[in-house]
Amino acid sequence: MLQDIFTAFWRDWVVLKHRMIKFILSRMVAPILYLVAFGWGLGRSIHTTSGSYLDFLVPGILALNSMNISFNSLAPLHGERIYHKSIEEYFTAPINPLSFAAGKILAAILRGMISSLIIIVLSYAFGANFTITPLFIIILLLNCAIFAEIGYYAAMTIASYEDMGRFNTYILLPMSFLCGTFFSTSKLPAALYYFIHALPLTHTSLLLRSIGRGEPAAIFSLIILLIYTVGCFLLCAHVTTKAQK
Amino acid sequence: MLCLSSLKKVYPYKNAAGKQAEKIAVADLNLKIANNEIFGLLGPNGAGKTTTIRMLTMLTQPTAGTICYDNLNTAANAKKIKALIGVVPQHINFDQDLTVGENMHLHGRLHHMNKQERVSRIDELLAYVELSDRINDSVRSLSGGMKRRLLIVRALMHKPQILFLDEPTVALDPQVRRRIWDLIRKMHHDGVTIVLTTHYIEEAEALCGRVAIMNKGKLIALDSPTNLKEKIGKYVVEWDKDNGERDFKIFPDRETAQKFAAALQQGNILRRHSNLEDVFVELTGRKVN
Ligand SMILES: Nc1ncnc2c1ncn2[C@@H]1O[C@H](COP(=O)(O)OP(=O)(O)OP(=O)(O)O)[C@@H](O)[C@H]1O
Ligand SMILES: [Mg+2]
Repeated sequence: MLQDIFTAFWRDWVVLKHRMIKFILSRMVAPILYLVAFGWGLGRSIHTTSGSYLDFLVPGILALNSMNISFNSLAPLHGERIYHKSIEEYFTAPINPLSFAAGKILAAILRGMISSLIIIVLSYAFGANFTITPLFIIILLLNCAIFAEIGYYAAMTIASYEDMGRFNTYILLPMSFLCGTFFSTSKLPAALYYFIHALPLTHTSLLLRSIGRGEPAAIFSLIILLIYTVGCFLLCAHVTTKAQK
Repeated sequence: MLCLSSLKKVYPYKNAAGKQAEKIAVADLNLKIANNEIFGLLGPNGAGKTTTIRMLTMLTQPTAGTICYDNLNTAANAKKIKALIGVVPQHINFDQDLTVGENMHLHGRLHHMNKQERVSRIDELLAYVELSDRINDSVRSLSGGMKRRLLIVRALMHKPQILFLDEPTVALDPQVRRRIWDLIRKMHHDGVTIVLTTHYIEEAEALCGRVAIMNKGKLIALDSPTNLKEKIGKYVVEWDKDNGERDFKIFPDRETAQKFAAALQQGNILRRHSNLEDVFVELTGRKVN
């Protein structure tokens, strides 16, 4: 089982290795734009109760970026399933189909974490202040895992490539703006507030922000992330067994 | 022994009137394939050959019926069976982001081969299909025929005991086709069971000990090529019709064929032995559909 997970992971690692430089460069564009536009540009005229807006912003960018990268790392799986049909190789091999899912998700987590590392380095370069603890990294890992799983689920179920794009537009894009990434959710209308707080990205933003400031982490948020991680993996397991048939 | 009993596959589809209907791709197929046979599956387009192979290789779930490999049932022993089988699909299904060598390594890894085994096997197989110098090229850069060759040897990586080939030699030049035939014969000689589909009747005739002819999801004939030819008649007379098309008639013995040919007024009369193609056309209908 472990060997098979590694095989699925190895495949994505080989592809990433071929394109590592391109991957790193392209992953720097969006964060630099966010940091310049919202951190330097807008941020100078925004005053938060606790430190600079840049410090407020960085955990939000980390959360939304790791979400996007992890999710989109598995978008090509859609093509591998529908057009190239290369995933048939895994389904005619003597492996547990779940190891395929696990390997793919781990590879997407890796991509999410590499791009997070890039942002952390860039943010420090832009003069942001935040502390990184082991828990901070764990939260990032969980966030990557959740959205890698959602990406896997989408790639394995969605019929057309266009619908993959729609998933980005209707679900990821609104989340990346609303889930406590660019502004505090505390002043939102109650209904929206509860809705937003049911989404995992909100809790990632909150946790990263408080840990980054050196404040204690909310156990409640951590539990929500864990529930999402496990729940989404079960969905992936389900859709994999189904696809195998 | 590979045993198919009452195997059936139904696909939902929208018929011409736009109504939801059921398409019977494979209907109640019963078949036994012995170990170390070269077994051919013939039939017109849409007959259900690929669907049958996909069910046998566990890529498609049968709607009904069972498949057994010796005493192993596909429903309960998928992993064990998958270790025994090799699959050459009808469509090319390489990982487009990997090179030739990486695609082969991926296959070897999925079949739990260690690095040493993989490397030597890849060398040997790529050399056999003359692709050794393409090992580091992207699979995208191969020509159509090269992709086919690679597709076949990839399935041989883990030395399967049962090999399924769905139209393996489509788009190959005659030399390579013969090389692939030799490869198949060699596998057969080494004890491998081979199930193949093809539209090249001479391929089935050259390779297969037994062939099954399918039409519209049903098995309509099953025997050795020689017996099938004898059943429909060993002699054929062909002639030009007035409208320029060609017609033919099959006869059980030489004398009646000769008499018939002598009495014919048409031009370009040809007398010959029947072949598997005559059997195929005779059984599946002379016109398309
Ligand atoms: N995934 C699918 N969904 C719906 N119908 C399908 C599917 N796959 C095959 N069919 C239908 O099942 C029937 C049998 O198809 P199949 O591919 O098995 O034929 P075949 O004998 O392999 O033909 P060919 O010689 O053209 O490869 C066809 O009518 C086809 O349209
Ligand atoms: Mg076919």
